[in-house]
Amino acid sequence: MEFFFQNLINALQWGSFYALIALGYSMVYGVLMLFNFAHGDIFMVGAYIGFGVASALVGFSAMGALALPNWLILALTIIVSMFLTSFVGMIVERVGYRPLRNAPRASAAITGLMIGIILETGNLALLGARRVSFPSLIKSTTYDLGGVFVTNKKIMIVIVSLALMYALHRFVRKTKWGMAMRAMAFDFVVVPLMGVPINNVARMTFALGSALAAVAGIFFGVAYPVLDPYMGVLFGWKAFVAAILGGRGSILGACLAGFLLGFIEIFVPMIFPSTLRDLIAYSIILLILTFRPHGFFGEPYSARLRL
Amino acid sequence: MPLLEIKKMSHDFGGLRAVNGYDLTFEPGQIRGLIGPNGAGKTTIFNLITGIYIPTEGDILLNGKSIVGLKPYQIASMGLGRTFQNLRLWRHMTVLEHVKMARYSKINYGLVGSFFGTPKRNREEAEIDDLARSLLELVGVAHLAEQVIVNLPYGDQRRVEMARALATEPRILFLDEPTAGMNPEELIQMMGIIRRIHNELGLAIFLIEHRLKVVMELCETIQALVFGEVIAEGTSEEIQNDPRVIEAYLGKEKIL
Repeated sequence: MEFFFQNLINALQWGSFYALIALGYSMVYGVLMLFNFAHGDIFMVGAYIGFGVASALVGFSAMGALALPNWLILALTIIVSMFLTSFVGMIVERVGYRPLRNAPRASAAITGLMIGIILETGNLALLGARRVSFPSLIKSTTYDLGGVFVTNKKIMIVIVSLALMYALHRFVRKTKWGMAMRAMAFDFVVVPLMGVPINNVARMTFALGSALAAVAGIFFGVAYPVLDPYMGVLFGWKAFVAAILGGRGSILGACLAGFLLGFIEIFVPMIFPSTLRDLIAYSIILLILTFRPHGFFGEPYSARLRL
Repeated sequence: MPLLEIKKMSHDFGGLRAVNGYDLTFEPGQIRGLIGPNGAGKTTIFNLITGIYIPTEGDILLNGKSIVGLKPYQIASMGLGRTFQNLRLWRHMTVLEHVKMARYSKINYGLVGSFFGTPKRNREEAEIDDLARSLLELVGVAHLAEQVIVNLPYGDQRRVEMARALATEPRILFLDEPTAGMNPEELIQMMGIIRRIHNELGLAIFLIEHRLKVVMELCETIQALVFGEVIAEGTSEEIQNDPRVIEAYLGKEKIL
């Protein structure tokens, strides 16, 4: 039982990464009907931006320029990185996707893959092939909850992730921008006739997704403090799978699917040899999608006229 | 000054001239119709005016100002509303949300207000709510405000689309086949609604219709469009008796 809870907590943390990244895929897919295949690499860029911001703040602190406690440095890192990474997302949208709004969907997919490669190799060119290690900002404290060991990092990661997911849910439900995003997901053409500039909505969708990916990147750096330029590739693909599993544009779906993926990936090696982990995990997902091709909360849709 | 003035508007799709030298002068409060067989270019004309397409030639003046080349959202906020031939609603949003969405550009409260319900937000929300419900009342679907679109019958969906268009506070409303696919009873109700909108809101209305009966009864003047060109313009009697219109609709009389 303790064993189960121990892994449950690991799965929650692991699932948080997937869920945060999957939300970006799902929102863009929902609003613009395209897959931003560069999103995994935006997660990587977010992690590196977080690394840069955190290192700079730690450096300032060490020089005595501004003496900040570590928790504040982490909080500032998250906020500043969300902001900066959202700009990266907006640039990707503007340069990569907006010119292709009316192009065949395959063009957008190819563009996404290329942008991903550009981000990876650009990082490689900029920082070199060495791995960097994320500054450790929180001193790890382990709590013993009746035989289940929980670190303060894991608690923070899971709670902040859930809070952000809830905030996004509120945003989409309660604000006029969220309402515009939902409307665009159902029918693109009429939205401008309500006086809504759709380019702004598209830009905002990318910004939100990228900001969440940045948080995932920083948390990943906090939990597993080694970053490399290709860290976003496999992670991105898996989160993409979670987004599909959740259903087009569904926030709840993307979160649930992200956590489910985390659970499966953590629990499968408990029973089977860990070399079979991904094989079995993704066979399960494939099986689910066979019966629910539109994912948990996606609805069947038909291709519509896009103007 | 006319509300809307179109001068020699033409549009090409590749090598095909879909609209040729189209002229229109629309005074405030008028109700006019545009008829024509399938593929005559009626919807294209609507799409040109609302900014979805940009005309190849000619000019469109709204209140004396050219709107050619403006983005659809800019044109919409200048007082031009429309509905669509094939319904364009947001299937899983509620009726009320549809009307609220139409107020998008007029919502002033920001992020904090949306999240925490500040007094300013509550006041604005209440205003939007009142307006939305009165418009839904006008088109007769106020009792369905909380329903999701997919649960509504077809005729009611059309009414929602109309309420949504009205909520953008247009000065001229473009209705693209508002009675398409309706049964006779729904048809009569819809004609009543159009008349009521015209009378109560004093709105200018431009109507595309397939069913001659509807246009003949509602519209002051009618244009008949064939292959992108206006072949006749006048009152319903004039149109009805125009040999070119009869030919376009029924074919040429053959004498053996």
